[in-house]
Amino acid sequence: MISCEKAADICNKSQYNEATTWQIVRFKLHILLCKTCAVFTKKNTKLTHLCDQANLQQLQKEDKEAMKAALKKELQ
Amino acid sequence: MPTNELHPNTWIDKYADYLFNYAITRVSDAEIAKDLVQETFFAGLKSAKNYKGEAAERTWLIAILKRKVIDHYRKINSKKGKAEIRMGYANMEDAEGDWLEEKVADPFSQSGEQSIENEELGLALQDCISKLPSKQKLVFTMKTIQGMNTEDICNELGINASNLWVMIHRSRTALMGCLNQNWF
Repeated sequence: MISCEKAADICNKSQYNEATTWQIVRFKLHILLCKTCAVFTKKNTKLTHLCDQANLQQLQKEDKEAMKAALKKELQ
Repeated sequence: MPTNELHPNTWIDKYADYLFNYAITRVSDAEIAKDLVQETFFAGLKSAKNYKGEAAERTWLIAILKRKVIDHYRKINSKKGKAEIRMGYANMEDAEGDWLEEKVADPFSQSGEQSIENEELGLALQDCISKLPSKQKLVFTMKTIQGMNTEDICNELGINASNLWVMIHRSRTALMGCLNQNWF
């Protein structure tokens, strides 16, 4: 059986659809037997769902740089 | 006793995304939201001498942004006021008498509640993200919000994939802990 550390790693990757089928099979087996990892997986999946639901927006790096420059100018 | 101080040099790194999310949920336009955030920082600088230190820096900036959002709607109010209300019952003779009941029950109330909840969630999440260590914050936002692929992030930040997943794990664990009380 894979370790809890490995299971957490696969769990994180699967949140971004980056786990392979074989990894997921081994991970599913692990969480069948490990309650701690099952709880972690539930929370981790919920976090992904919350992030999707929140539809977070971010300013582009260039926008922030422009804002910084403008603010700096204003500060002088 | 005032304990808070203003640090305008750190405003953009610390609060720009938070303010941007706040603004965008109210004006639904990224460009306008960006301008409002910029104006908020300028207004903050101008009125810095009036800051008493009683509110946290971010709370104070949000208060300014709220004003900016109101001003924005005042400016476009003339256009907004002309918005048409289409009842659409003029030629539905069969539906006579039904319209009142249908109009009383607001069909959008549920989606309104949902959008308020999403807005609160967004701000709570943004707040928790802002508390992450800077490298974790960067990796998490690039991966989760910007949806960049692993290889691109690794190339841009000069880290390997294992480092990236360790940082993702730490940031996700921290976020779960931060959001735990209200959202799990």
